[in-house]
Amino acid sequence: MKCHVGIDLGSTTTKAVVLDCEQRVLGRGITNSRSNYDVACAIARAEAFANVRLTLCARSLADFNLSEAERVSFLAHLEQSYKLSQHRARLDTLGAQLAEEAPSVEKLFVGSELSGAVREIMDLFMKSAESLFAPGAPKRSDFFRDTATSQYHQFAQRIASPPRRSFEALMAVFDKSILKVENNEYEVPFDRGAGPAIDRALATSGIAAHRESPRLRETLAGLFTLTIDAVASVGTGYGRARLPFPKEQIRSEILCHGLGAHQLFPATATVLDIGGQDTKAIQVDDRGIVTSFQMNDRCAAGCGRYLGYIADEMNLGLHELSPIAEQAKRPVKISSTCTVFAGAEIRDRLTLGQKREDVLAGLHRAVILRALSLLARSGGVKNEFTFTGGVAKNATAVRILKDLIVKNYGNITMNVSADSIYTGALGAALFAARSAPKLEKAAV
Amino acid sequence: MTIATPLKDASQERQKAMIAEHFHKLAVAHETGRKAVYTFVPGNLTELLLTFDLLPVLPEINALQSGMRQKSGDYVQKAEKMGHSEDVCAYVKCDIGMLHSGNIGPTGERLPSPDLLLLSYTGCFTFLKWFELLKEEYKAPVAMLHVPYQSEGRITPTMRDYVVKQLKEVIIPALERISGKKYDEEKLRHHLALSAKAEDDLVHVLETAKRRPSPIDAYFGAVYYVGPIFSSFRGTTDAVEYYQLLRAEIDERVARGEGPVTPDGAMGPERYRLVVEGPPNWTSFRELWKMFYLEGAVVVASTYTKVGGVYDDGFRHDPSRPLESLADYCLGCYTNRNLRARSDMLIKYVKDYDADGFLVHSIKSCDSFSAGQLLILNQVEKATGRPGGFFESDLVDPRYFSAANIKNRVESYLQMIEQRRAAGAVR
Repeated sequence: MKCHVGIDLGSTTTKAVVLDCEQRVLGRGITNSRSNYDVACAIARAEAFANVRLTLCARSLADFNLSEAERVSFLAHLEQSYKLSQHRARLDTLGAQLAEEAPSVEKLFVGSELSGAVREIMDLFMKSAESLFAPGAPKRSDFFRDTATSQYHQFAQRIASPPRRSFEALMAVFDKSILKVENNEYEVPFDRGAGPAIDRALATSGIAAHRESPRLRETLAGLFTLTIDAVASVGTGYGRARLPFPKEQIRSEILCHGLGAHQLFPATATVLDIGGQDTKAIQVDDRGIVTSFQMNDRCAAGCGRYLGYIADEMNLGLHELSPIAEQAKRPVKISSTCTVFAGAEIRDRLTLGQKREDVLAGLHRAVILRALSLLARSGGVKNEFTFTGGVAKNATAVRILKDLIVKNYGNITMNVSADSIYTGALGAALFAARSAPKLEKAAV
Repeated sequence: MTIATPLKDASQERQKAMIAEHFHKLAVAHETGRKAVYTFVPGNLTELLLTFDLLPVLPEINALQSGMRQKSGDYVQKAEKMGHSEDVCAYVKCDIGMLHSGNIGPTGERLPSPDLLLLSYTGCFTFLKWFELLKEEYKAPVAMLHVPYQSEGRITPTMRDYVVKQLKEVIIPALERISGKKYDEEKLRHHLALSAKAEDDLVHVLETAKRRPSPIDAYFGAVYYVGPIFSSFRGTTDAVEYYQLLRAEIDERVARGEGPVTPDGAMGPERYRLVVEGPPNWTSFRELWKMFYLEGAVVVASTYTKVGGVYDDGFRHDPSRPLESLADYCLGCYTNRNLRARSDMLIKYVKDYDADGFLVHSIKSCDSFSAGQLLILNQVEKATGRPGGFFESDLVDPRYFSAANIKNRVESYLQMIEQRRAAGAVR
């Protein structure tokens, strides 16, 4: 199957978007950016391709005699099951790497015996794997590294018994291993990944799917083994110069965010993108063409990374910030958005007896106020206004922004897509589609 | 102005020799009984100093040279160690740091301490404090010429009279005292006539950028061209000869239809024509230039090349009205013009030089000129319909040059122009 791919290599995350021949989104993938850009790019693309297969599965279900509810249920099972297979494959790699690193760490921690301990930890990982992907499982990070780190931390604490198995020594084995696992470009073979996943989904999702079982299995197996061919790729984002693409396939993220926002919301006139280390205010015309832009200069205070740092300081996950901040009754006024000072600022406020939720609400407001001054610099906010980037996933940031936009610029329609984090990659994929000769309608 | 020049034309060799000779004169000034006068580029009274056989020293030029030679980082930090804040103009800190590191000039020879600090107070409000610091450091006398700011965007007769009066009553007597010589107006007229000749040729060179392709880069390339006239050589036969050579070289490039010369040789095809406001970054000068020329972006006009005097609006030093023309020169410097006048100048450049857009390079440690640049940006964008861009670093403080970020801005900006152009063609 032929497709167009856009990759957005950001400072925090790398995103990939795949378009079909009619420029419809077929799949999206995301991974955390790492020192090896090629790997980040390859993994985001692999994630997106896996997502493409699920989209194709969803489309193909129309040919089967299933009710809407059955289709939804089956797809949810298939997706979770497929993710579980991928997760297990990565755990296998992690287990092998831990076993390899344990002896070298034993030498550093005299008297330690770690090989048995890491095997026990791996057993705990494997036992808990299924529950992570069960329907209704609690929300967690999309990234293997985050999930594995937090679980390993728990397990190591549980089984630690110094001096033979000190917590520090166990963490040292993990730290040495995770980097290598993360940089491993995994491709799970069908018989270990999608194959068992399809069977599990058929078995668990209910009778209807089971009824259609043989033909359905064959169709899905075909989609999971289909060759996906990216006929054109365009890269963007902070690390774009490092992407393994020729120069003409590299576009500035300004253009990509402008075009991506236009595609998501065609009436967009002003775009605000708050990413990991950049805040961009972009003005676009009625075709999504950028007419002017402003970016933060020489200081990344108040960008997405600021919220990440605050989450770390407060020992919270990034996704937990907004729900807490939303409980604020009397938001604290915070003027500094210096990431490095944030820790001291928070501790100081908490010491003064201010509530955690009030402090968090104040920090969110400080981020948005900074973005507002950039918007003013770029020529203000025009109707419609689209908010993109990772921070657009934060409900508190969205609420405060909306409030301040209305106060400063009047009644303006503000758009936020659930897929806002993929806006740059979407724009890049559209540029890829425009640069490539029209795809023949691929026979799927 | 230039030592580490990548351009090896005859004019460049000539400039290099002129600079070497001048700095040698400075190194032996006190042994040979000559006097050194420190003064600033905007509103410098070089012809008047030459009339008294005084040697000019320009601390801003020394600072930018230190930046280009990668010495400024240490100098700035030295000054900060002495108590100067991080927010103080980096030129000032570089100068103070250099002074406390042996006062070695750009050619490796020692600079003489000043016999007089001639403070031509032209638009930059830091100059006043700068020489206050140097006065303490060197225990040297200060002569101050107060140049009124062009708040109405024009020079009035009262302003001119006020400056001429100060020249007569304050500056000339101070120079007489230091040099031990009587003021000789005929000699001043002679130097002013030489200035005007060089100014004609400089304007000719800068205006060749109206052609396509432009034979020069009127920002990165032109900082070399304005060197002699902005510093110690205006009003000398050396400068006249330098500009004759330069003019002939550029005319040859025009005749051959060639684009600008860059540190990597001839630039590729001209793809973008830009106007730039603000001084360059000196610590990463070549790196910054490269971000432009590798993309085929040429600067066709800049305001920085007017900070030592605006000549392309017709002003010339005039031997028939010596003190009045010195007054007009000081009053007319780019740094002494108000925001509206600066916008108008940029608007005119964008139109006259048919630029695709204009960029503001804002200086972190310069409050005088960074204030208002966003207003200028909006005004120029509105008046020309061409896109403006904004990026920020510093003059000589290497800590404020973030190459990856600046490259990102510049590339994004150029791609935006490209996209708009392509869309325009489709529409």
